[in-house]
Amino acid sequence: MILRNKDILDIESLSAEEIGLILDTAERMREISQRPVKKVPTLRGKTIILFFHEPSTRTKTSFDIAAKRMSADSISMGASSSSMVKGETLADTALTLEAMNPDIIVMRHSSAGAPHMMSKLVKASVINGGDGMHAHPTQSLLDMLTIREKLGTISGKRVAIIGDIAHSRVARSNINGLTKMGASVVVAGPPTMLPFGIERLGCEVAASADAAVEGADVVMMLRIQKERQENFLFSSAREYALNYGMNRERLLRANEGAIVMHPGPMNRGVEISSEIADGPWSVILDQVTNGVAARMALFYLLAGGRDADSD
Amino acid sequence: MLTVIKNGTVVDPGNVLGDYDIWIEAGRILRVTPRGEASFPGDAEVIDAEGLLVVPGLIDLHVHLREPGEEYKETIETGAHAAAAGGFTAVCAMPNTKPVNDSPEITSFIVKQAKEAGYARVYPVAAITGGLSGGSLCEYGELKKAGAVAISDDGRPVEDGQIMRRAMEYAKGFGMLVISHCEELSLVAGGCMNEGLTATHMGLAGIPNISESLMVIRDISLAELTGAHLHVAHVSTHESIEALREAKKRGVSVTAETGPHYFTLTDDAVKGYDTNAKMNPPLRTERDRQAVREALADGTLDIIATDHAPHSILEKEVEFNRAMNGILGLETSLPLSLALVRDGVLTMEQLVTRMSKKPASILGLNNDLAVGNAADITLIDADAEWTLVASKLHSKSANTPFDGWTMKGRAVRTLVDGKTVFEAANG
Repeated sequence: MILRNKDILDIESLSAEEIGLILDTAERMREISQRPVKKVPTLRGKTIILFFHEPSTRTKTSFDIAAKRMSADSISMGASSSSMVKGETLADTALTLEAMNPDIIVMRHSSAGAPHMMSKLVKASVINGGDGMHAHPTQSLLDMLTIREKLGTISGKRVAIIGDIAHSRVARSNINGLTKMGASVVVAGPPTMLPFGIERLGCEVAASADAAVEGADVVMMLRIQKERQENFLFSSAREYALNYGMNRERLLRANEGAIVMHPGPMNRGVEISSEIADGPWSVILDQVTNGVAARMALFYLLAGGRDADSD
Repeated sequence: MLTVIKNGTVVDPGNVLGDYDIWIEAGRILRVTPRGEASFPGDAEVIDAEGLLVVPGLIDLHVHLREPGEEYKETIETGAHAAAAGGFTAVCAMPNTKPVNDSPEITSFIVKQAKEAGYARVYPVAAITGGLSGGSLCEYGELKKAGAVAISDDGRPVEDGQIMRRAMEYAKGFGMLVISHCEELSLVAGGCMNEGLTATHMGLAGIPNISESLMVIRDISLAELTGAHLHVAHVSTHESIEALREAKKRGVSVTAETGPHYFTLTDDAVKGYDTNAKMNPPLRTERDRQAVREALADGTLDIIATDHAPHSILEKEVEFNRAMNGILGLETSLPLSLALVRDGVLTMEQLVTRMSKKPASILGLNNDLAVGNAADITLIDADAEWTLVASKLHSKSANTPFDGWTMKGRAVRTLVDGKTVFEAANG
C-alpha cells in the first residue's frame, strides 16, 4: 500500500487505512532513534526543504532530526532568511524552491491554505507543518501514534480536548483524525474559544472542562495563547486555570490509566499544572519522541514511495 | 440615418411588451411599431432581432473601474467595454480609486475618459467623505454639477452614525442618492470569509451575518430619521433582507441591491482556498442564498448590481487571508441572472425590471423604449450556450469564480445612443 496523494496537507485527505499505514511505519521508525547510530541510508540523495514562515523551534527541529536520521539532506529556510521579507510572493517563492528540485517541502505558514497553494505549484511533496488555524497533520499523527503506544488502540477510546478550539489547528486535525480512527472526541473550552458549528465536526461539546474529562481515556490540553486575552476571549490566566486548567482534582474524573497530552510549548500553571505535566499520567515527552518517528515515516512514505514491508 | 430593430420580442415592463419594431434615428427612438406593421424606407439599416429579446439597456449601479490609479487592473475603457459586452449600456463607477473620487476634478476626469472610450455610459459615484476617511463631508453640490449621480464610501462603511446622518441630510438638499456599504467593522474583526461551518473546517476567521445587518438596520433608521432616500449596496444575508422588508412595509424610502454571486454561490465555493471566491460581503450559506432569491422575487431587493471588482494576480494569487476582496461581474451578470428566470424565481419582465428599469428609476432616469428617449438598447439571446473563459473576457482582469462554467444566455448586441457598442461574434 502507498499513499494516494503526493502531499500531506491535512488529515481530511487521508483515509483511515493511510493513517494506519503511517502509524505502522512510524512504529518501525521509532526503533531507529533508539540505536547507538541513529541513522539509516534510506533517503540518501533526497532533498528536504524546511520552509518555516512562522516561528517554530520544536516542530522544525523534529522535522530536521527526522530528515537527518533518514540520511536526507535537509535545508532550513525561515521567513527572515527568505526573500519573502523582501516582498517576494508565496507563489514566486514556491516556483523558486521548485527550480531547485527538492523532493519534499515541509511548510509552516501563518495563513490557512498556504501549503495547499504551494502544493499546486510544485512537483515536490508538500508536508503541512501547520497552517494558520487550519491543520497540523503531523501533530495529529504523532498524537495518534502516542495514544496507540500507550493505550494499545485508538478505536473506542474517549478523548477530551480542552482549550482554545477555535484557534487551534491541532484540535481541528485531531478531531478529524481521532474520529476517523474510531475514537470519540469531546471538546470543552470557554464559549469564546469554540468555533461556529463545532458540534457538526463529529465531536461532542461538553459544558465544562469537568464534564469533558469525565470518563476520558485521553486528556489533551491545548496551549493558551496569552495574546488572545487582548481579543477578549478570556479575562485572566487565573480564571482560565481555575475553570479549564488541568490539575489533579479535575483529572480524577478521567478513567483509570488515562493519559495527559499537550502539543507544547506548555504554559505551566495556566492550562496545565506542573504536577500534571510532570506526573506519571503525562505522555508529553513521549509525544516529542513520537514526533520524530511519525515525521520519519512520512518522509519515507513520500520520498521512498514504498511501504515498510516491501523494503 | 434610420436604423430599425425588427422581428424582436420587446420586454420593457411598464411600457411595452411583445412583438415590436424599434426605429432609431440620430441616437434616439423615433417610433415603436407592432412587428411588420409599418414599412420603412429601403435604405434603413436593419438589425434583425429574430429570436432575440429587445430590452432597455441594462444598468449596473455598482462597479469598480479602477481608473484613476489602478489601471493595471482595469481602465474606464476596458471596464466600459466589458460592460457593453455584458449587455450594460450604463454603469455607476464607485469612488474608491486612487486618488479617491471625492472632488469635481476626478469626477470630470472619469466623465471625460468614459466619453472618449465610447462604450457603455459611465456615471461616477463620488465619495460621501473626503478620501473615504469617514470624516468630513464632500461637496455634493459641486460633485453633482461635475456629473456624479450618487455618493458612497463603498468599500468602507461610514462608521460614525452622526456623520452618516449629516451626510444623508446634506445630500438630500442636492437630491443626491446615498449608497451605503453596510458593515460593522468591529464585528468583522479580521474575518476573511463567511462565519460558518466551512470557515471552521478551513481554519479561516469568519465574518458573521450581523456585521452587515446591524449596519443595514442603523442606516434604515437614519433614513427614517432624516427622510433621505437610502440605497443599500450588496445585500448578502437573510437578516438584512428581513430588516429591509420590514422597513419597506413601514414606508421607509429605501432600495437595495444584491449581486449575482449571492444568489448563485454559497461559501462552499471558497473550499480549496479559492481567492476568486473571496469578496466583501462574503459568500454566505444556502439559507441566505435562498433568502436573496426570494427577496429578488418579491421586490425586497430592488435590483441586481454586480460589484464588478477587477483585481490582478498580484492581489489574488496570494495566501487566502491576504488576498483582496472582489470578483468580476459585468460579463457574467446577465447569464447568471437569466438562470433565475429558468429556475422560475423571476419572470423575464421582473428580470428586466431588476437589471434595467429599476436601476434607472433609482438614478432618476427614464429609460423606456419610447419615442424621444436615447436608444440605449440590449439585444439578448436567452438560450445561447457558451463557456466562460476568464482569460478571454473584455475586462483587463480575470478574477472570476465562474471560469470554465457553461453559461446560458448572453447579450448579442448592445446599443448606446443608437450606436452599436458591442456585437457578439457568431457562435
